[in-house]
Amino acid sequence: MSLRIVVCVKYVPDATGDRHFADDLTVDRDDVDGLLSELDEYAVEQALQIAGEADDAEVTVLTVGPEDARDALRKALSMGADEAVHVEDDGLHGTDVLGTSLVLAKAIEKTGYDLVVCGMASTDGTMGVLPAMLSERLGVPQVTLLSEVSVEGGTVKGRRDGDAASEQLEASLPAVVSVTDQSGEARYPSFKGIMAAKKKPVETLDLEDLDIEADTVGLAGSWTAVDSAAQRPARTAGTIVKDEGDGGKQLAEFLVSQKFI
Amino acid sequence: MAEVLVYVDHVDGAVRKPTLELLTLARRIGEPVAVALGAGAADTAATLAEHGAVKVLTAEAAEFADYLVVPKVDALQAAYDAVSPAAVLLPSSAEAKEIAARLAVRIGSGLITDAVDLEAGDGGPVATQSAFAAAFTTKTRVSTGTPVITVKPNSAPVEPAAAAGTVEALSVSFGAAATGTKVVSRTPRESTGRPELTEAAIVVSGGRGVNGAENFAVIEALADSLGAAVGASRAAVDAGWYPHSNQVGQTGKSVSPQLYVASGISGAIQHRAGMQTSKTIVAINKDAEAPIFDLVDYGVVGDLFDVVPQLTEEVKTRKG
Ligand SMILES: Cc1cc2nc3c(=O)[nH]c(=O)nc-3n(C[C@H](O)[C@H](O)[C@H](O)COP(=O)(O)OP(=O)(O)OC[C@H]3O[C@@H](n4cnc5c(N)ncnc54)[C@H](O)[C@@H]3O)c2cc1C
Ligand SMILES: Cc1cc2nc3c(=O)[nH]c(=O)nc-3n(C[C@H](O)[C@H](O)[C@H](O)COP(=O)(O)OP(=O)(O)OC[C@H]3O[C@@H](n4cnc5c(N)ncnc54)[C@H](O)[C@@H]3O)c2cc1C
Repeated sequence: MSLRIVVCVKYVPDATGDRHFADDLTVDRDDVDGLLSELDEYAVEQALQIAGEADDAEVTVLTVGPEDARDALRKALSMGADEAVHVEDDGLHGTDVLGTSLVLAKAIEKTGYDLVVCGMASTDGTMGVLPAMLSERLGVPQVTLLSEVSVEGGTVKGRRDGDAASEQLEASLPAVVSVTDQSGEARYPSFKGIMAAKKKPVETLDLEDLDIEADTVGLAGSWTAVDSAAQRPARTAGTIVKDEGDGGKQLAEFLVSQKFI
Repeated sequence: MAEVLVYVDHVDGAVRKPTLELLTLARRIGEPVAVALGAGAADTAATLAEHGAVKVLTAEAAEFADYLVVPKVDALQAAYDAVSPAAVLLPSSAEAKEIAARLAVRIGSGLITDAVDLEAGDGGPVATQSAFAAAFTTKTRVSTGTPVITVKPNSAPVEPAAAAGTVEALSVSFGAAATGTKVVSRTPRESTGRPELTEAAIVVSGGRGVNGAENFAVIEALADSLGAAVGASRAAVDAGWYPHSNQVGQTGKSVSPQLYVASGISGAIQHRAGMQTSKTIVAINKDAEAPIFDLVDYGVVGDLFDVVPQLTEEVKTRKG
């Protein structure tokens, strides 16, 4: 049985860079290098492992993002994905999560799928809600926040380690899965993988291809509005002491002065 | 006055603190109507009434425990249809965020997650969010539909405010999707007797510098002397020294206590993302150049195995 897997990957500003907002209060993408969200590497890894276990499987990576987002697709292709879909349209600038989930759902339906694999959250918006939204929009089960996942005979199984309990979950395909960074280290692209990626197909789609009305996405079509973004004032420099044998006692004095003891 | 739906997080009828904080925020924008689901739902009513709930809508059904997330969405949507609220508030737990996400899609409304504050505004509630590992503070509104907003723990004080708390049974019909994802088994996490990490007023965390699972006893002893929760960096968790459920940071828990004590933690951006909004930050690290010192109110450059036990002894002596 063939298995069609679509992996959602997001192109994000490097978290170790100086991230900030642009004048229109969207993420400034010009000043900071972008990359494949590290948490989506885990999604690509699990998709490749699931594909490896299947008789016949195909892994498509999908992103919604600006031109540079192609870098994220290339990285995923060099890890071993078979092909890529890039939804790119000027009208998408500033799209919020309702809009992004709409675009992704339409692109996934167009591509065709048995399994959608996402990361647990992006490293920029960090909402952690998009997989659930995709499940709602596609009308298929969500099997999310998994630290362990497997697919066998049309069923996806996984372990979700929640706040209060660890749960074993099960659903029939088609389904939407999201995996955590506990699911297993992601592989590094090999030189061969990087060379091969250059020849793999990347399909580009725009809003018209997906039959999406321009006024349901982008800044104008957003369901949410950011009114202001202010840099948090730098913390005032704290007191730093060197332990000369009484560091613990000095720290205790500080905690007393702050009424913690 | 407009009604505001508040999704109740409870364990067998015991309401968790973040829900009481939500009731404080809900009262700033309207009259709280609480929605409690699952075993013990009706037992939440007295506590919710003491904190301002004018009404408590309850539903019990096996589906809530046997299937993932969607049955709760069906129930919250039933409450939404019954009340026509001005906003829907949920705690920022992983599960509640997913419930919020699906509800927002269903009712065609904007979604804001991880708010750290909430005020009434001319065009509806205005949320404060922290962005980019708390380097920025944004003010955000929902511009389309009924605002669906999830709020982080420790974002508001718990304030008692007596209200009627009338209990009403909520009638829920589950859709076809409700039984899509089966919970085959559930292993509850063992309680340590310590406060819940995300709700604790004080968090004491250890990192790679703790250098071994057995050495976490040093961190735990300090936590216990202060009545604190124990946290860990991802390096300590990945090394298998402490459970992942205690990880603080981007892919762990996000905490915002009154006091955060970091020992043997360098302060990588992903760790900071989970603790930078703590009110007072203290660190113990033998490397004076560790980035965590950029954040601290008080830092000790020293060996944690000298400093932490000494601190623990001092705390114990002073507390008597
Ligand atoms: C600091 C900040 C705060 C924001 N707050 C809000 C808010 O409160 N409300 C709101 O509506 N929008 C918000 N946004 C916008 C939102 O982040 C984007 O719409 C985003 O694409 C979806 O949210 P996320 O990345 O946080 O998703 P998450 O739910 O964190 O992402 C989970 C997974 O979904 C997949 N995914 C997400 N986006 C894409 C994509 N573009 N292409 C492919 N796969 C993707 C990835 O697999 C990812 O790992 C915010 C953005 C930023 C930068
Ligand atoms: C996608 C992604 C998500 C991540 N999510 C998280 C997350 O949620 N949480 C998280 O914590 N990290 C996360 N990380 C990892 C993060 O980048 C760091 O690797 C991690 O936080 C380092 O942990 P640490 O500070 O304990 O270890 P190190 O960086 O190794 O620091 C150890 C510190 O201990 C000090 N030390 C050593 N011995 C002693 C001693 N005897 N006394 C005093 N000090 C001592 C050292 O000087 C050093 O500063 C994530 C990374 C990625 C890529």
